[in-house]
Amino acid sequence: MNKFTTTAMLTLVAGLGATAASADKLTLYCSAQEDWCQLMARSFEDATGIDVNMTRKSSGETFAQIKAEESNPKGDVWWGGTGDPHLQAAEENLTEPYVSPMRAELQPWAISQATSAGDKTIGIYSGALGYGFNTELLAAEGLAEPTCWEDLAKPEYKGHVQMANPNSSGTAYTTLATMMQLFGEDGGFDYMKRLHANINQYTKSGSAPIKAAGRGETTIGIVFMHDAVAQAVAGFPVKVVAPCEGTGYEIGSMSIISGARNMDEAKQFYDWALSTDAQNLALQVNAFQVPSNLSAETSPAAPDLSSIKLIDYDFKLYGSSDERKRLLKKWDDDVSVLPQ
Amino acid sequence: MTQTLEKTAPPILFLWIAIGWAGFVLLPWYGVEDGFFAFQWLLDGYPLEDDYAPAAFLIGQGEKLWLAPLLLPLALPLLALRRPKSDPAYARILIASGAIGFAWLIAQGFGIGIRGWTADWLPALFGPLDDRQFGMGYGGLLVASAFLFIFTQGIAARGAVGGDVFVVSAIGGIIAIVGVFVFFPIAKMLVAAFITDDGGYSISVFAAKFFDDRIWGLGCLSGARCGVAWNSLFLAVLVGVITTALGLVFALVVTRSGFRYKRLLRALTVLPIITPPFVIGLAIILLFGLSGSVTQWVAELLGVRPTRWIYGFNGVLMAQVLAFTPIAFLVLIGVVEGVSPSMEEAAQTLRASKWQVFKTVSLPLMRPGLANAFLLGFIESMADFGNPLVLGGNFDVLSTEIFFAIVGAQYDQGQAAVLAIVLLFFTLGAFYAQRFWLGRKSYTTVTGKGDAGVHPSMPRALSIPVITIAALWGAFTVVIYVMIVYGSFVELWGVNNSLTFKHYVTAFSVSVGENGIRWTGAAWDSFWTTIQIATIAAPLTAAVGLVTAYLLTRQMFAGKNAFEFGTMLSFAIPGTVIGVSYILAFNVPPIELTGTGIILVVSFIFRNMPVGVRAGIASMSQLDKSLDESSLTLGANSWQTFRRVILPLLRPAILAALVYSFVRAMTAISAVIFLVSAEYDMATSYIIGRVENNDYGLAIAYSTTLIVVMLTAVAALQLAVGKTKIGRRSNAQGADA
Repeated sequence: MNKFTTTAMLTLVAGLGATAASADKLTLYCSAQEDWCQLMARSFEDATGIDVNMTRKSSGETFAQIKAEESNPKGDVWWGGTGDPHLQAAEENLTEPYVSPMRAELQPWAISQATSAGDKTIGIYSGALGYGFNTELLAAEGLAEPTCWEDLAKPEYKGHVQMANPNSSGTAYTTLATMMQLFGEDGGFDYMKRLHANINQYTKSGSAPIKAAGRGETTIGIVFMHDAVAQAVAGFPVKVVAPCEGTGYEIGSMSIISGARNMDEAKQFYDWALSTDAQNLALQVNAFQVPSNLSAETSPAAPDLSSIKLIDYDFKLYGSSDERKRLLKKWDDDVSVLPQ
Repeated sequence: MTQTLEKTAPPILFLWIAIGWAGFVLLPWYGVEDGFFAFQWLLDGYPLEDDYAPAAFLIGQGEKLWLAPLLLPLALPLLALRRPKSDPAYARILIASGAIGFAWLIAQGFGIGIRGWTADWLPALFGPLDDRQFGMGYGGLLVASAFLFIFTQGIAARGAVGGDVFVVSAIGGIIAIVGVFVFFPIAKMLVAAFITDDGGYSISVFAAKFFDDRIWGLGCLSGARCGVAWNSLFLAVLVGVITTALGLVFALVVTRSGFRYKRLLRALTVLPIITPPFVIGLAIILLFGLSGSVTQWVAELLGVRPTRWIYGFNGVLMAQVLAFTPIAFLVLIGVVEGVSPSMEEAAQTLRASKWQVFKTVSLPLMRPGLANAFLLGFIESMADFGNPLVLGGNFDVLSTEIFFAIVGAQYDQGQAAVLAIVLLFFTLGAFYAQRFWLGRKSYTTVTGKGDAGVHPSMPRALSIPVITIAALWGAFTVVIYVMIVYGSFVELWGVNNSLTFKHYVTAFSVSVGENGIRWTGAAWDSFWTTIQIATIAAPLTAAVGLVTAYLLTRQMFAGKNAFEFGTMLSFAIPGTVIGVSYILAFNVPPIELTGTGIILVVSFIFRNMPVGVRAGIASMSQLDKSLDESSLTLGANSWQTFRRVILPLLRPAILAALVYSFVRAMTAISAVIFLVSAEYDMATSYIIGRVENNDYGLAIAYSTTLIVVMLTAVAALQLAVGKTKIGRRSNAQGADA
């Protein structure tokens, strides 16, 4: 009996410390949704024969990890997730400059993301900010369908709107920055104050408001539109709104980690991920962002960016940590403390 | 205790000297990149190849010469072999060689890293260095352990703790591992609280952050919001009190009543502990949320509009009480069972009424259990992250604030460190308050002096409310879990309620092909990893925890309070902080563990060890010291006493520690999120990913499967560890315990 237990323990233990031993490998940090990450990793393996070790974490978690691993990097490429932490990583020299030969095939916004960060990151998809509402709840409350940002600040929506806390969520920070650019700094903060009166909860995570709306826990949630589309496609009674005043957007990005152990493979992945084929993989999963490759297709369910009034979002200014700290502090001091 | 005079050194000293030399001469000094348990290196040019060479071969080839000084402390203890233990030189030699060796190991490990010298002043002192080193491997590990235990043997020979080698070595070993895996990473993290924006250190930066109104504001007294510190404190005290009370209720029902469904109740109380926390949160939302069935029903009944009442303090309190009551129960059941009936019978014989017996004898004897249960509930609530995340609404608590200070849009590690210090401050406060309340009284009841009798049942005035509460709570738990199981079988929870198996198929499908069974389901990888890690971590956690508890209750040594504090520290720190601090500490030499399964196992051991310690202390303080003494008098040494007398009497505590650590390893999330890697993905981080992706069905199906697996494992553990037979009680109650 004892012998059996010992053997069993040894076999168990034997697997523990092992990491795959093979010549060509790549460690991928992925911050998009799980199934998309899986598909990207497996497809790259099929295309090149390079083994991919993929770890999926949210962009904030990945940034925290890359920063913690700074002196001895374990990851090679960081693919996906909103552009803000990628820009932050570039600013802190956590990522490596690289000019891909694939650039000619990309949308201008993808390249401007790269140039604003000294070629340390690049756009792989984009998605516009907007909001979604629960059609059943809205009807039950007898409320009119909102169409503009300004609608959300109207008194009748009091207690019906949910957004994330800009201190914890990149999505909500994009909302804050968008209002600055739509209405100017004074007008933007005035709007945030009026909106504050209607907010029932500032969530921690960026996509939580629309999930709450899907489950009927809030009427309206301010999120990236592709997240709202994903809710609708999953079967929840959610309708997506592109606000009439125009709106900001995010650029999902990719970066090579500075000091990557498999630099060649990392660059190979980088080039491949920008190709039409790789970006068309988004069609196989519920990803409704707009791809950065000019000839890649966008999901038919995705919000049509050409019909949305997009502002000329200043990623350089609003992505810098000084401006971010200043705006967040002002929001903390002037908006978040107001009674609701 | 007198030491028998021996002419030659004890075999244990031979053993450790030999281990030290083996580590230096035979095994690869540095970590093998393929992993701790991959043995490919034996064929790849060992022992000469640089990557796999033992330290002696490296030095022989003129490389890594900073390892050479280790030869001196390795050779020194050989001088002690010929001396008797009573010779003062014996002790001095061992202490000196152990200390020098260990110190040099640490100095070279931190001084020389993967980029050569690690600090600017080192090249100035020693000249430039164009070499570098990676994390230590088998060789380093063995040599370090050898130095440590040679050192403790020296201390023991000088007469510390009665000259008991086992006790001194156990103390030394635990101090070393707690130092390496708790203090070192946490210190590394907390230093961030003092770092200014431009990289310098400043107390005023810390003070400004620490006394911020956002942490300590008292706005809620005048209608606005209170600081997170008050929120956390208030919540934790309440959760501690309620879970302790409920835990006591269940323990009383199970041990001291004629309640018929004890087994069912016992199983029910264990359920929440084995549930990934946010699953309870989701179920609560579906019942009590704005569109929740209960809320809707009540709103219709009363003719009012449904509200979001569950979001915030109410919801978090409900979820935490549901989740942490089982922990209080696990601690209290051992204690309530352990109160010796003799005392109660004596009181009864003296004509005390049942109620008087309970109030003046039974309850006071349960004090250590109550105090420990409260402490655990308090700390769990403080560090809990999943429930406030799902149900917190605008009610911010420290643990979530810490998480988002690190991963949120501000990336402010300093702020996280400050908040972590506040949290630590509270948990330590609770820790000392508990000790103060327990005082120096004796709670010993199991004396070994003919312990007879059966527990009296509760007085009627007590049993009616107690059984009512237990039944109500049990019913509530059943409803929650029926919801969860139901949720795993419906298409889309709350929207499309047609029944389906598809979530289970996606997660756990198996196909039998030409090459045997293929685990095609999406969840298998993380599932097996989780089982493997949890199975390895659980016995280690229990062992470390119980040895610590033994030292704390049974041995007197200098610095015992600090020792106890150190072993509780990791529990008081939220998982997020542990996660990040582990990356900071163990991603670089001398100990490089990130990306392996070992770091997960280690984090679980030290996160969950305190529960083993608490359960062990609670049980051991009931065992009379005369039991040990008679064993020692009869010639057993302390190791034999521990193994043959204490350990068998501790079965409830062992079971509690094993169950808790196994289950925690399977359901923990906050620390794990930072430590998982591609090869070692854990179930919880996979589930979180699914929830983020709206795959509620899959997430809940996976969680349900985990619950079933854990229930099976808990039952199996219960069988394997067996029951303690203390007096007649086990016979009398064997059927229902």
